[in-house]
Amino acid sequence: MAPSLFHVLIRTIRTARTQAEEREMIQKECAAIRSSFREEDNTYRCRNVAKLLYMHMLGYPAHFGQLECLKLIASQKFTDKRIGYLGAMLLLDERQDVHLLMTNCIKNDLNHSTQYVQGLALCTLGCMGSSEMCRDLAGEVEKLLKTSNSYLRKKAALCAVHVIRKVPELMEMFLPATKNLLNEKNHGVLHTSVVLLTEMCERSPDMLAHFRKLVPQLVRILKNLIMSGYSPEHDVSGISDPFLQVRILRLLRILGRNDDDSSEAMNDILAQVATNTETSKNVGNAILYETVLTIMDIKSESGLRVLAINILGRFLLNNDKNIRYVALTSLLKTVQTDHNAVQRHRSTIVDCLKDLDVSIKRRAMELSFALVNGNNVRGMMKELLYFLDSCEPEFKADCASGIFLAAEKYAPSKRWHIDTIMRVLTTAGSYVRDDAVPNLIQLITNSVEMHAYTVQRLYKAILGDYSQQPLVQVASWCIGEYGDLLVSGQCEEEEPIQVTEDEVLDILESILISNMSASVTRGYALTAIMKLSTRFTCTVNRIKKVVSIYGSSIDVELQQRAVEYNALFKKYDHMRPALLERMPVMEKKQNDFIVKCNKDTGAGGSMLNLQKSLCLDVMEMTSVMLRMVSRFCKSPDHYFFSAGIPSITAYNKNGLKIDFTFERSNTNPSVTVITIQASNSTELDMTDFVFQAAVPKTFQLQLLSPSSSVIPAFNSGTITQVIKVLNPQKQQLRMRIKLTYNHKGSAMQDLAEVNNFPPQSWQ
Amino acid sequence: MIKFFLMVNKQGQTRLSRYYEHVDIHKRTMLEAEVIKNCLSRSKDQCSFIEYKDFKLVYRQYAALFVVVGINETENEMAVYELIHNFVEVLDKYFSRLVYINVDF
Repeated sequence: MAPSLFHVLIRTIRTARTQAEEREMIQKECAAIRSSFREEDNTYRCRNVAKLLYMHMLGYPAHFGQLECLKLIASQKFTDKRIGYLGAMLLLDERQDVHLLMTNCIKNDLNHSTQYVQGLALCTLGCMGSSEMCRDLAGEVEKLLKTSNSYLRKKAALCAVHVIRKVPELMEMFLPATKNLLNEKNHGVLHTSVVLLTEMCERSPDMLAHFRKLVPQLVRILKNLIMSGYSPEHDVSGISDPFLQVRILRLLRILGRNDDDSSEAMNDILAQVATNTETSKNVGNAILYETVLTIMDIKSESGLRVLAINILGRFLLNNDKNIRYVALTSLLKTVQTDHNAVQRHRSTIVDCLKDLDVSIKRRAMELSFALVNGNNVRGMMKELLYFLDSCEPEFKADCASGIFLAAEKYAPSKRWHIDTIMRVLTTAGSYVRDDAVPNLIQLITNSVEMHAYTVQRLYKAILGDYSQQPLVQVASWCIGEYGDLLVSGQCEEEEPIQVTEDEVLDILESILISNMSASVTRGYALTAIMKLSTRFTCTVNRIKKVVSIYGSSIDVELQQRAVEYNALFKKYDHMRPALLERMPVMEKKQNDFIVKCNKDTGAGGSMLNLQKSLCLDVMEMTSVMLRMVSRFCKSPDHYFFSAGIPSITAYNKNGLKIDFTFERSNTNPSVTVITIQASNSTELDMTDFVFQAAVPKTFQLQLLSPSSSVIPAFNSGTITQVIKVLNPQKQQLRMRIKLTYNHKGSAMQDLAEVNNFPPQSWQ
Repeated sequence: MIKFFLMVNKQGQTRLSRYYEHVDIHKRTMLEAEVIKNCLSRSKDQCSFIEYKDFKLVYRQYAALFVVVGINETENEMAVYELIHNFVEVLDKYFSRLVYINVDF
């Protein structure tokens, strides 16, 4: 019985109503096909393989058909060969060993008398040829590249692209054949030749230099395309072969990059394309887009660049979303280099913030942040804050961070800055990133004259709603610090409110009790209440009561704090005012902040990442300082961890120097924290730098992530990385280090032993 | 570079798929399902380019059929958009009367 016809199968599968039904049908059909293959039936093999390929496309495994494809390829019938090659392209790839068996067949078919068979072979080789196959058959491909038959020539060009991708060394072989590729009239050949040239130029700078001389010819071809009249073969919505135009523009971009002469030769044609292309349809806009990208990338004259940006500005006003998206993406790329030109379109960009499309909104937001400067910051901020209010949650975190950064750089006045921050905290408070809280606190501390205003506004903000954690954290901290200003009603900037000490304590206590408060927030609140004991006069007893209640809290962090604060009330009452004094103005220290706090909270005792500790964690500093004194068990020297342990130079060779600085943990005497700093005194950067370390068996090592992987030259920057060493047996610290990096174009590697650890680092 | 070319209908059934890079057969079905989900959730006012994982999707809807092309960042999105239309036009000419429901071989 003959196997069912192909389209019958398709129709049958289409009738399946559920996935299970479809699977059943397919399995039945597969079984039938399998038995048919076993019978070695030549007549119907073609049909069966076709069906198998269809099922494969739907997502079902079809590997048992691979050998059958090979048999089809070897057959003499064209219909068999066609399906066989298609099957090879879909089912086989270099992972299968079977594919090598094809090599001989393809070789014969490349020399076949019928061009269609040759074409099939070229297609298949160009699709899935492995490196070995390409090596064997490259000669044949090159021969076909020189033929006069345009049908074969274009396929050979694409096949050559694949060969070059797989075996880059063979590129030289195709060079002579490319000589007169561009002289063809046939657009198919032209198009594929341009693709081939593009691939060669992208892979090899020598080829790039060699092909620069083709620029005039490419310019001529492009000109003909634009100036020629209607040609029915190549017309797409009124434009002659836009696909070829786009390809040529892309090749011109690659050739003109960093080369003045070529760029100059292209200026005219680019201006011509930019002005003459019809913009009413998508086709024209696609060409304009490619032109703009080319203009921005080569060394074009400024008039041309302004033209390009104006085109992008026009795109922004277009109703078509696709065009707006593309314009915003390109503007984002160019805003660094042509800042002023892009500024002119600022209002349009800001309008795009109100667009309905998510991708457009994101681009507009990024672009807006790039465009904020001292002059437009007030207006831009208004728009961005409005955007923050109404945008999707996935944007809010990025938008909030962006606003903070921009406000910090360009704030016209401190009051404006604080107002902006308040606005962000109240509208998007729960999306603000964790590291923003210490930044804000530092900012507030430094604006001394605004303390009263700030604390009043924060108090009003959390009165109604204390669910947004970052807002509550900042507010509690401020109330703790400046509570006295709050109750004394000293605000100058706005109408002072009448608040009693009890009301303040009420709100802080409700934060402590509330289910919505995170553990960290509660810590902030408790510390704030404690600080108020020195700032408030009539409610000290209430504070004492609150603090003692939390001495038996389930939350370990809270309990610890409460117990220590209690101790402060009882034994060290005389020290309390000094300890809880106002915080001094803090400076943002980069890396060498003295008290490296061990956060023994739920974060599992993990070290603050060096990057994060760019700004100190103020809550930790306060509470740790309080606790240090309340424990009062070690001499003060021990708390200033890094002072006292000398740092060492662990490695210094070939311009690479690595220094170690040490800190000891106050909670765990077996832990030593080493911070490595790697610097580079040569005149070239070191890239892909990887630092590895090994210690003897009695130690344990933990390597945290480095600050970057590039060490800039001339000691202009360093890479820092933190290593934690656990040394329970208190043995002498020894370490073997391995360094790998790229320098001056070659990969470097070195091993070294570090033996000069100071005794204080491990004893 | 074009990574893949799909024609999927609104119910999520793949009508045509061509991958230009090796993708495991199980991953293919997952990829197709996610892609069609992304495309279906877009409204008429939104643009035809979606950022998906580390590449872009360019899609175009023809009645009940979606043609989706996955590209990487070196491609001109609008040219690919035009290419899709060109392809559909070619199919139309070749099979003389293109009935979208029956798009296949």
